[in-house]
Amino acid sequence: MPRETQFILSGAEFSYPGSSGKVLSGIDLEIRAGEWVALLGSNGSGKTTLLKILSALLVPTQGSSFISGSSQDDAACGRKAPCAMVFQNPEDQIVASTLEEEVAFGPENLGCPAEEIRRRVTHSLEACGLSGMEKQLVSSLSGGQKQRLALAGALAMQPAAILLDEALSMLDPQSRRAFTEIIASEHAKGRTIVQVTHRIEEIRLAERMLLLKDGKIEFDMPREDFFRMRSEDLAAFGLELPPFEKLCEILRIRGLLPESCAADIGAVETYIYDAFGK
Amino acid sequence: MTLSVNDLSYTYNRGLPTECCALHDVSFELSGGCVLSVLGHTGSGKSTLAQHLNALITAQSGSVAADGIDPAGGADARRSVRRRVGLVFQYPEQQIFADSVAEEISFAPKNWGADEEEIKRNVAWAAQAVSLPPELFPLHPHSLSGGQKRKTAIASVISAKPSYIVLDEPTAGLDCVSAREFEELISGFAGKGIGIVHITHDIELALRVSTSILILEDGRGVFYGTPGECAEFLCSVPVKGLVLPEVLELSKRLRSRGVIDTLEWTPEGLAGRLEEKWQMRTR
Repeated sequence: MPRETQFILSGAEFSYPGSSGKVLSGIDLEIRAGEWVALLGSNGSGKTTLLKILSALLVPTQGSSFISGSSQDDAACGRKAPCAMVFQNPEDQIVASTLEEEVAFGPENLGCPAEEIRRRVTHSLEACGLSGMEKQLVSSLSGGQKQRLALAGALAMQPAAILLDEALSMLDPQSRRAFTEIIASEHAKGRTIVQVTHRIEEIRLAERMLLLKDGKIEFDMPREDFFRMRSEDLAAFGLELPPFEKLCEILRIRGLLPESCAADIGAVETYIYDAFGK
Repeated sequence: MTLSVNDLSYTYNRGLPTECCALHDVSFELSGGCVLSVLGHTGSGKSTLAQHLNALITAQSGSVAADGIDPAGGADARRSVRRRVGLVFQYPEQQIFADSVAEEISFAPKNWGADEEEIKRNVAWAAQAVSLPPELFPLHPHSLSGGQKRKTAIASVISAKPSYIVLDEPTAGLDCVSAREFEELISGFAGKGIGIVHITHDIELALRVSTSILILEDGRGVFYGTPGECAEFLCSVPVKGLVLPEVLELSKRLRSRGVIDTLEWTPEGLAGRLEEKWQMRTR
């Protein structure tokens, strides 16, 4: 069954007030419910602005944007949130003093009953590894913990779409892996994910890649095609292959690893050991 | 001349129910021209340590000394330490407040009482050190790209000509090309004799750019040594929050199976080692 449309942008352009330059231009984009879309591109390519248009924080200066879901009802709450955004710097979105107040803020604004708010706060903090810290002051958290708190706040809204703007940038590697697992599990529940990142490692599970350059979508491709791109093609979008994929690329170029060997540690280890280790 | 930390401990909200020990007996020493990377999980105390280094926080026990000056010695000592140690926060571009790039970069030397000529010299030196072209000087910092804003923020710290720079996650949120430029910048600062404390979650980056590495776990220093020793440590001891980088993981497995003799942590290094091995085999 075809999936419902979540976002539509038609001929969208955007310029910031007082600036003549267009940050985005000629954006025609349709994102369907339940898709996991990665927005990639160099600093200044327009990723964050596009994400803000999808979240209706900004309205295109030309063209149109449509966001589905704003009129839907939620069984537990009065209203269903069409989307929740996790910003690059959590300081930009945290409003409350304690962790539980912060996570409760979204569902409270959606009109959820008290019992439902409590359930969501407990569940979201637990999912983000912040259980037991409900009463703690937000000001006592580290940058990475604040980033996890911002995600917990977004999860508690149970939105149709989660928009992530470099939301893993302050996390240590283990937390980043855990955060990616949470996103994958939310995606498996049918939630739409739109994720801005510079780290390819974080979007190995994304289904669709949008590559932005100078405010335009240069490529819109499925994951399989994206992961066939070479280092020099990625560099034009400010991207680099993750170190392990880079190693595989070097080994292939030097004829030490066949194209057929997957870029997977176990597979590469076995191939190298069998080929010239024994 | 060194930046030294001895048995430094710090507890937030001491005596309150929310008391939280952020640092416990942490020690290291950094000389000019060297790069010390500090690795650790989210909440391990890295940023608290950074704030001690330029006297934003005063040690509760243990000591910090920049070129022998301990900030616990009073207001003058703290001022001397801040002059010597420049601190660049996470997302430093959010601290930009001036109306032009030139004004932003000249704030620190102005604040330290430099004369007009010296200010001009320092601004030119700092901008050149971070590769900011002079044509950007009249622009409003907020009209710059993310990478340029961060360079402006860093230039505004180094324009005071500190002996040591503390960079807290300098590449967070930057695209890979800009991040590579910052890697070169770190080496460039060290080449100018500046001591760098580089706080990061990126193990591969730390192994590439550092002279020494300190790993914090729940506020305690669990490792302090060279990158090679750090790679060995990470391969043998699990550390909270850190995941063995995949290239190092493969290197460890191949070494344990006798394919290679030494650990490699860069793609180029491991590929080179395997190529040597292959050539020896086919010779």
